[in-house]
Amino acid sequence: MDADAPILVAEGLHKRFGALVVLDGVDLRVGAGEALGIVGPNGAGKTTLLSVLAGAQPPNRGTIRFRGENVTDLSAPIRCRRGLARTHQIPKPFSGMTVFENVYVAATHGGVLARAGAYDRVTDALALCGMLKLANRPAETLGLLDRKRLELARALATGPSLLLLDEIGGGLTDAEASELVETIRELSRRRIGIVWIEHIVHVLLQVAERLICLDAGRIIADGDPRSVLAHRDVVAAYLGGVP
Amino acid sequence: MINTIIQGILLGGYYALIASGLTFMFSVMRIINLAHGSLAVLAAYALLVLAQSWHINPFLGLLIVLPAMAVLGFLLERLVLERSLRAGQLVPILATFGLAIVIDNLLFEGFGANTRSLGNFIGSLSYDSIELPGGIFVGVLAVGTFAAAVLVLVGLQLFLSFTPFGRAIRATSEDPDTAGLIGIDARLVNGVAAAIALVTVGIAGAALGMRGTFDAYTGGAQLLFAFEAAVIGGVGSVWGTLLGGIVLAVAQSIGAAISPLAFLIAGHGTFLVVLFARLWLAGGIGNLLARRA
Amino acid sequence: MSALAVRDLSLDHGLLHAVRHVSFAVGSGEVVALVGANGAGKTTLLRAIAGAHRPAGGAIELDGVDITAVPAHRRVGMGIALVPEGRRLFAHMSVEENLLLGRMSGRAGPWTLDRVMATFPNLAPRRAARAGTLSGGEQQATAIGRALMSNPSVLLLDEVSLGLAPIAVDRLYQSLAGLMQSGTTIVLVEQDLNRVMRVASRVICMLEGRIVLEGATATTSRDRVTDAYFGLGQARMPA
Repeated sequence: MDADAPILVAEGLHKRFGALVVLDGVDLRVGAGEALGIVGPNGAGKTTLLSVLAGAQPPNRGTIRFRGENVTDLSAPIRCRRGLARTHQIPKPFSGMTVFENVYVAATHGGVLARAGAYDRVTDALALCGMLKLANRPAETLGLLDRKRLELARALATGPSLLLLDEIGGGLTDAEASELVETIRELSRRRIGIVWIEHIVHVLLQVAERLICLDAGRIIADGDPRSVLAHRDVVAAYLGGVP
Repeated sequence: MINTIIQGILLGGYYALIASGLTFMFSVMRIINLAHGSLAVLAAYALLVLAQSWHINPFLGLLIVLPAMAVLGFLLERLVLERSLRAGQLVPILATFGLAIVIDNLLFEGFGANTRSLGNFIGSLSYDSIELPGGIFVGVLAVGTFAAAVLVLVGLQLFLSFTPFGRAIRATSEDPDTAGLIGIDARLVNGVAAAIALVTVGIAGAALGMRGTFDAYTGGAQLLFAFEAAVIGGVGSVWGTLLGGIVLAVAQSIGAAISPLAFLIAGHGTFLVVLFARLWLAGGIGNLLARRA
Repeated sequence: MSALAVRDLSLDHGLLHAVRHVSFAVGSGEVVALVGANGAGKTTLLRAIAGAHRPAGGAIELDGVDITAVPAHRRVGMGIALVPEGRRLFAHMSVEENLLLGRMSGRAGPWTLDRVMATFPNLAPRRAARAGTLSGGEQQATAIGRALMSNPSVLLLDEVSLGLAPIAVDRLYQSLAGLMQSGTTIVLVEQDLNRVMRVASRVICMLEGRIVLEGATATTSRDRVTDAYFGLGQARMPA
C-alpha cells in the first residue's frame, strides 16, 4: 500500500434510527499516522460515527475502506484483526482478570499472536502506557486514569495501525490528562493513526493535527484545529448563531 | 352446571380479594411478596385469638387486626422490602420467601397442627344461604366476600385515581427519583402503600377464616391462588384482578364437578394456559415485564 | 446573604469527578446562566442543589441555611424546585395531575393551576391529556409549571430548550419573561449563548467540573465565553 495513501476512507455514511437521521452523508479521510480530532455538540452523531467506523454498527448507506480494503460488511472483531482498534468512553476492563491478562487476551485474539510473541507485545503495550508496575493488579481495582490507560494498552496489544478513541479525556485532573496526552502522542510518534472523538476540546488540541466538526450528522468544518474552532459555523453549532 | 358456575364466580370473589393486595404491591412497588398468603393466615389466627380468648366477634376483631396489619405493612416495607430492593430487583422475592417460612413455622409452634376456623364464632353466618331463582343456593358469606372484593378493588382504584396521596403513589411508582424532586417522600409513600396492601390481606384472612378452615401452613396455597388470579387477570386493572379470580375459581369448580381430584389441576392448568398465551402474545418474558400496567 | 450559595462543592459520578470544588452565590431575584460543554458538570450541579445527588464534599446554603444534608423531597418545601433535564414528566398521568403533584409539598404562594395555564396558554387545551402524548414544547411547559406549583424561591431550569424547535423555544422564553422579572431567583442551564446574554444577568462557564469564567452578561463578551467554553486561552485552575 502506498505510504501516502489514506489509511481510512469513509464515503457517504448514512445512519438512521427509525425516523431520526444521525449521520447524514459523512465523508472522511484519515492519513496514515495522522492524528485527527472530531468535535461537535451533543447529538451531532460523533459516537455513532465512531461506532460505525469501528464496525459495532452497520451504516444504512456508504462505504468504509481501511488500508485499501472494503471493510463495510466486516464485523468489529475482524476489523480489529485487520488493524482497526477502538477504546470505549466508559472503560470496560475484564474484571476477575489482572491488568496483564486483560492485555494478553487482546494480544492473542486481536493481535493474533502466539504465546511468545504475545508476551512481548503485552509488556511493550503496558510499558508504553505506564502500566508495567500494575501488571498483576486485578483490573477492577484500578482508578479512572489507570482504567483508561488499560483501555489504551489493550487496544495497543492488538497491533493497530489506526486507533479510534471515544471521549477518553473525560473526568481527569489536569495532571492526569497531561499524562494521557503524552501516551497518545507517543502512539502517534509510532505512526499509529488516531481518530479521537472528544468533548474536552483543549485536551484534544494537544494531540490533533487536524480537526473535524460534526453537527446534526454532517461535517461542517475540516482543517487546522484552531481555525476550525474559530469558524463561525462551529461556534454557532455549540452556542447558537451570532445575533 | 349453572350452580357450579355461580359458586365458582362467588369463590372468584375470594380469590380476587386475596389477589388485590398482591397486585397492588406489585404495580406500585414492583415487589412480589411471597409472604402474602402467610400474612393472611397470620391475620386469621389473630382474629382467632381475639375470638377465643377475648370473645371478640371476628368482625369487631377486624377493627383491631386491620390497623395492626397496616402498621405491620409499614414496618415490613421499611425494614425488609426497602433494604431488599436496594440489593437487587429480585431480592425481595428471596426475603419474602424466607419471611413466609418464618411466619408459617412460628404459627405452627404457637398453634399446633389443628385446623381452625372462624366459622364457630360468627353464628349462623357461616352456613346461612339465600335462595336464587332456579333453586340455587348461595352462601351469604360467599356473597359477602364477593361484595368485599368489589369494594376493596374499587376503593383502591378510586384512591389511586382521585386522591392526592393516590397520585403520589402512582408518581412514585413511575419515577421515584423525579417524585423526590417534586417533594414526594418516596419512603413514606411506599410505606403507606405497603400498609394498604396488608390491610387488604387482613380482610382476605378474615374471609379465609370464616369461609373455611386454615392451619399454620395454609399460606402457601393462598399465595398460589392469589398469584394465579393476578396473572390470569393481568396486573394493574381492578376488573382484571376480579376477572382473574373468577376465571380461576370457575375453572376449579368445573374441574371439581368432573372429578373431586381435578379441582386444583383445573385451576393450575388454566393458569399455565393463560400464562403461556400472555408470554406468546407479548413476545417473551422481557417484554411482558417491561410493559407497565 | 445570598438566596443560594454553593461552597467548595465536589460531586462524583462513580469514578468520575463530575464537579470539583465549585463555589458561587446567587442573589435573591437574580437570573444566573450556567453554560458549558457536555460533561462539564452542569446537570450534576443542579441536581445536587435540588438534593438528588449527594456531595462528595462542600456545602449548599439556602438563604444562609446549610441544606447539604437535607433530602430532595424536603428541599421542595424549603423553596427549591428543579425542572430536570429531559423534563421527566409522569407520562401516564395527565397534565393536570402532573401539575397538582407539584403543589403537594410546596409552599404557599401565588402559583395555582389557573395561573400556570395562563402563563403557558398552549397547555390549556391539553389539560386532561396524558403527559406522554404531548409535544416537546407542551411537555417542557408542563415540567416548568409543575415546578412553579410549589411556589419556589429558587427555580432551577436544566436545558429547557433541549430537543425543541426554535419556535417552541421562543414561545417558552416568552412565557418565562414575566417569571424572570418577578423576583424568583433562577439558575438556568442553557446552550444558546444568545438567549443567555439576553435573559441572564450573570453567566458562569463550566469546564470539566470547574468554573472557568464568571461575569456579568452586560460586561462579558461572547468571545470570552466561547474561549472559556472550549478551554482555550484561559488560566487553568489547579486540579
